[in-house]
Amino acid sequence: MARTRTWVSIALAGALGLSLAGCSSTGGKRAEDARKAAAAQGRAAVNTPRWTFAMITHSGDGDTFWDIVQNGAKQAAVKDNINFLYSHNAEAQQQAQLVDAAVDKKVDGIIVTLAKPDAMKAAVARAQKAGIPVITVNSGSEESKAFGALTHIGQDETIAGEAVGDELNKRGKKKALCVLHEQGNVGHEQRCEGVGQTFDGEVQNLYVQGTSMPDVQASIGAKLQADKSIDAVVTLGAPFADTAVKARQDAGSKAEIDTFDLNEKVAAQLKNGTLGFAVDQQPYLQGYEAVDLLWLYKYNADLLGGGKPVLTGPQIITKDQAGALEDYAERGTR
Amino acid sequence: MTATAPAPAPSPGTMADERLLKTSPLRRLMGRPELGSVVGAIAVFVFFALFADSFVRATSLSTVLYAASTIGIMAVPVALLMIGGEFDLSAGVMVTSSALISSMFSYQMTANVWVGVLVSLLVTLAIGVFNGVMLTRTDPPSFIITLGTFLMLTGMNLGFTKLISGTVSTKSISDMEGFSSAHDVFASTITIGGVDFKITILWWLALVAVATWILLRTRVGNWIFAVGGGEEAARAVGVPVDKTKIGLYMGVAFGAWISGQHLLFSFDVVQSGEGVGNELTYIIAAVIGGCLITGGYGSAVGAAVGALIFGMVSKGIVFAEWNPDWFKFFLGVMLLLATLLNHWVRKRAEATK
Repeated sequence: MARTRTWVSIALAGALGLSLAGCSSTGGKRAEDARKAAAAQGRAAVNTPRWTFAMITHSGDGDTFWDIVQNGAKQAAVKDNINFLYSHNAEAQQQAQLVDAAVDKKVDGIIVTLAKPDAMKAAVARAQKAGIPVITVNSGSEESKAFGALTHIGQDETIAGEAVGDELNKRGKKKALCVLHEQGNVGHEQRCEGVGQTFDGEVQNLYVQGTSMPDVQASIGAKLQADKSIDAVVTLGAPFADTAVKARQDAGSKAEIDTFDLNEKVAAQLKNGTLGFAVDQQPYLQGYEAVDLLWLYKYNADLLGGGKPVLTGPQIITKDQAGALEDYAERGTR
Repeated sequence: MTATAPAPAPSPGTMADERLLKTSPLRRLMGRPELGSVVGAIAVFVFFALFADSFVRATSLSTVLYAASTIGIMAVPVALLMIGGEFDLSAGVMVTSSALISSMFSYQMTANVWVGVLVSLLVTLAIGVFNGVMLTRTDPPSFIITLGTFLMLTGMNLGFTKLISGTVSTKSISDMEGFSSAHDVFASTITIGGVDFKITILWWLALVAVATWILLRTRVGNWIFAVGGGEEAARAVGVPVDKTKIGLYMGVAFGAWISGQHLLFSFDVVQSGEGVGNELTYIIAAVIGGCLITGGYGSAVGAAVGALIFGMVSKGIVFAEWNPDWFKFFLGVMLLLATLLNHWVRKRAEATK
């Protein structure tokens, strides 16, 4: 017993000593804290009652994109004096049950994604019946109105895909590979279809297992090796762009990598020319506006969009704009 | 098992046959596999009732029960299979397959929806038979065989859906004949005292009742325990081991069919990529409910209580406004606690025999 204690104290002292002796002058927690201090400060800017808004998304566990959406929503919640609750599940049935739970809680507003619209129909109707205002975000622009939601905030996936197709034409590409990392995601299918609609060359779809990066890398690598004529790879999520870059190296291919969505790494790689371009749907805005519009509705019965979806994208980001966005991506708001 | 014959009065000095001893009701209760999970369920309920004020509302409890029933419908046949000493890793995606088959068959054939539902029942049962036959006719353990089925079904779900519908989800069948009656059977809502309850809760309770009756009151139930307890010994005393195992896999397939039809008729469109990972949820529910991973021990009621605990925790965390990032962590802690509790209770029960 005593011996264990001695060992533990030695180990602790050692760890402490090492961390003091080996300071890093770059990066790490200290740099992060400095960034945080520079970010928006949180204090309620209004004196409305403390309402509770619940956001329920179809995100899986640990998804970078949804972290940014949450950051936007939380920021708005602080300003608007809102108690903000977030829950998510990738299974449609589970997501519907989470909406039910929010209705049971008698929250003052619900923000929901309609990635699987038919599954959410009954749950959203139940919220309506309970007199809870609903705003849809990110996916479901076509169904939002029919379900009785106040408005929809997000990007039309087909339009975003078409924007990518146009950009590929501009860059004189002939054969593109569209990498789908989620089996059964309708929005992803629409993106790749959109690319095909405006792109003059040929588009091939490649399904990969998004939950396993080595698998993604191997699949893209194999495809690039098998077909040397592919000169553009389009990934549908920021984390997959970097993986595609590694796969391109493995295959010794010259294809340009382009991606949907943005993160720190993508911004940096756009800046140094590793990636061609990114098409962003501004997730921060989706979270922020959803909370803020609900607040406006509760406070002033205001509605934005005139009955049409409020679009947050697509925004094509190339080398020229990437530099400015790098810092924002680093603090998790772009 | 209770002895029906009255125990002969033991002559002094000799010990009567221990199988004929009368046990006190309390001791019998202590020996039940689900006891640990019932204690756990009460603890979880009290815990959330204290920490989440919206948890004990009738509407909230109906949501919790619904969540529990969607797991429980599968956890019951999975528990029976585990008592029989086998696993089924294809149970999660089989639910999705079953829903896809009904939906696409009805749509493509422009048939009455009930035709699709029945075709789906046959095909899903056939998948169960395939699992069972592969297991009994070949060497690999069920873990490997059903892993293969799981992967094949996952691929077929997407492949066939894309091939037939052209997208990753099925087309809506809500405007077809028979939809509303099928919806009533599989996905309707029953209002009792102003609170809406989903019909899946009834399906779940019915399955628990039937499974319990099979386990405790029929010859087949004895076969299941025997097969899980020791396959060779069971074979030696004339238990039809292969038939029993194939039957158990068909039971899981039947559960998958009910769950799949519920998915289809409550949402009317099915996503082809879903269901992956749920097979573990069903196994966890069965284990929390007192099923042994090695087979030969467990109960249907226990699996139902395991599903109830699962439902309470998954929704309780939402009602308590906790950060859902920790949900899996809590689940892991709960699984360990439940198994330890089950183990302790079983040890006590055996010691006091």
